[in-house]
Amino acid sequence: MTSKAMSLSYLQGKNGIFSWIFSLDHKRIALLYLYSILTFFITGATLGVLMRLELLNPGKDLMEAQTYNQVFTMHGVIMIFLFIIPSIPAIFGNFFLPIMLGTDDVSFPRLNLLSWWIYIIGAIMALSTLLWGDGPADTGWTFYAPYSVKTGTNVTMSVLAAFVLGFATILTGLNFIVTIHRLRTPGMTFLKMPLFAWALYATSWIQLLATPIIGITLLMITAERVFGVGLFDPSIGGDPILYQHLFWIYSHPAVYIMALPAFGIISEILPTFANRTIFGYKAIAFSSLAIAFVGYFVWGHHMFTAGMSGTARIIFSVMTFLVAIPTSVKVFNWVATLYKGSINVQPPLLYALAFIFQFMIGGLTGVVLGALAADIHLHDTHFVVGHFHYVMFGGTGFALFGALHYWYPKMWGRMYNKLVANIAFVFLFIGFNMLYFPMLVLGLMGMPRRYYDYLPEFHVPNMISTYGSWILATGLLLMFGNLIAGAWRKREPIGRNYWKTGITLEWQTLSPPPVSNFDRMPVLPKNGPYDYDNKPEIEE
Amino acid sequence: MGMWLFLFTEILLFGGLFIVYMVYRSLNPEAFLMASFELNVWMGTTNTVVLLVSSMTIAMSITAIQKGNRKLSIQLMVLTLVAAVIFMVVKYFEWSAKIEHGLFPGQAVYDNLPPGESLFFFLYFFMTGLHVFHIIIGSVVIGFAIHRTAKGRTTKEKYTLTENAGLLWHLVDLIWIYLFPLFYLIH
Repeated sequence: MTSKAMSLSYLQGKNGIFSWIFSLDHKRIALLYLYSILTFFITGATLGVLMRLELLNPGKDLMEAQTYNQVFTMHGVIMIFLFIIPSIPAIFGNFFLPIMLGTDDVSFPRLNLLSWWIYIIGAIMALSTLLWGDGPADTGWTFYAPYSVKTGTNVTMSVLAAFVLGFATILTGLNFIVTIHRLRTPGMTFLKMPLFAWALYATSWIQLLATPIIGITLLMITAERVFGVGLFDPSIGGDPILYQHLFWIYSHPAVYIMALPAFGIISEILPTFANRTIFGYKAIAFSSLAIAFVGYFVWGHHMFTAGMSGTARIIFSVMTFLVAIPTSVKVFNWVATLYKGSINVQPPLLYALAFIFQFMIGGLTGVVLGALAADIHLHDTHFVVGHFHYVMFGGTGFALFGALHYWYPKMWGRMYNKLVANIAFVFLFIGFNMLYFPMLVLGLMGMPRRYYDYLPEFHVPNMISTYGSWILATGLLLMFGNLIAGAWRKREPIGRNYWKTGITLEWQTLSPPPVSNFDRMPVLPKNGPYDYDNKPEIEE
Repeated sequence: MGMWLFLFTEILLFGGLFIVYMVYRSLNPEAFLMASFELNVWMGTTNTVVLLVSSMTIAMSITAIQKGNRKLSIQLMVLTLVAAVIFMVVKYFEWSAKIEHGLFPGQAVYDNLPPGESLFFFLYFFMTGLHVFHIIIGSVVIGFAIHRTAKGRTTKEKYTLTENAGLLWHLVDLIWIYLFPLFYLIH
């Protein structure tokens, strides 16, 4: 190949819609995922803003109780199954895993494309419930039996959609495991892999091992609805607790599918902007695996109030506390990485710092919920909603935004306006905390979740929360607007290593990367991926 | 390696069902016992033998292609497909007998069964149904493998598809080996 053909970027070359939606290039598939996932994120966020609007004042403001039930279910289904589970692995994992490993694609490019198509089919199935019958499901995203068996809304379709989406997750996870085992560039041992790859590795194993269980459970719900058999409905001989067990055996590990890749991203952003090696590489790498492992044995903490033996509850509670250990190992290592670094404050770093702050609140409230006595009081209150959003949105969501700002110059070879990015960040940070912190307070005051109405004494925190949602929405609009506007800004020379201090392999190739990822052989630093003492010189 | 990981997820898929079976069996031991007498052990045994033989033929077919004998490999795969068809025919008679007795969910007899027994039959239909679905998929994959071998695209050096078809088929067999005693034999 001539040098010109070698340096042709993946965005150039064949164009037109079919060259994208049937592309086998992992970078193009990553962008397909990016655009579809962010579309669903905006949809879900809109539903969220509507829910907050309903809760602005006590009593009925905007929608009926039934509509509210359907809105929060749709919000949950979209945000969980269409946004946050696929988000970071499918977008940034697809784009950067092969590049960080120094290879030209994932192991099974066709499976990769297939997984995107399955994702789109699942998404269409999930959204189609809006259009026919009694409208979308009103059960909450957990589809708890027996209500999910009895309601007249389109639960069957929603459940099947989640089943189909599970396949997309499994295929991605399978692909990444094989890629990491087989396609690392010569010289890159497991312990010389970037931490993002480690995080994806742990995530992929959870995807592979946990998703089939939810698949079969959801199929059983469908069968129960279609044939009227008493699997989970007690009035016809079933056991609803069994459903909860099966559901959380998957869905608790699934929250680590959502969180672990975010940890990987933070572990990439921090060394770059602290301009020094990551502190405790092995501890961070292995704590991902530890979280993935322990995460399998804690599902019972969702069911403390559902009827389990005292012994089982105590065991689950202790196991839940154990998760806090590898998680805090990570947090301490991140903070230690910043210590005595020469810190360069840029938008991605701001998001990473917000991540650490918010994830700590989310994590510590999680410990509160893991404690038996506290959970009995806080179960099914707004405290749980606040905790979950602190972990998922304040954690994974902010990590995703950070990754977007971090890799933006690499992915498109362009740059966004940094000043606007910083302003948007301030809006997001203030809006986020204003929106969700009052929920923690409300939960402690005793306001239950999933009601469209509340007692007058909960009015003030609810108002603050709703105002926060407007600030947050403004921040989102600003941020996305700024990122999109980057496409029209005058091109400035981006260079290979835009942040100057990036050290993993993606910073050694062109921006945007060529079709085969590298125009010349990447050079590995001598002692592991964050060896800032022996940084390879990167020529333009 | 990808195929092995995939088979792993398949086992977990059925694993969820086995857990459900276990839980309900321990909750309703009497009813499960009564209901299991309804099943025809002879038909189940026939099918077990048929599947075991087919597992052998597909394994032989892989060995044949490794030795470069394309024709024998194809013949053995066709034999495997024949076994699959026999399995389905037996299954058809078995199921239609059950349905004639009104034991399918929604039929009169079924609806009046005690809850434990109805669960047994539901799980029976659900699990063997999912298994038959896998037999069909496995047959299609073997069909592709035959096609590619006939076209000469599967060779002595490159026989991944045949091998993967074989692996999938062994899995189908393996699951049946567990289903058979659970439903037919435990008394």
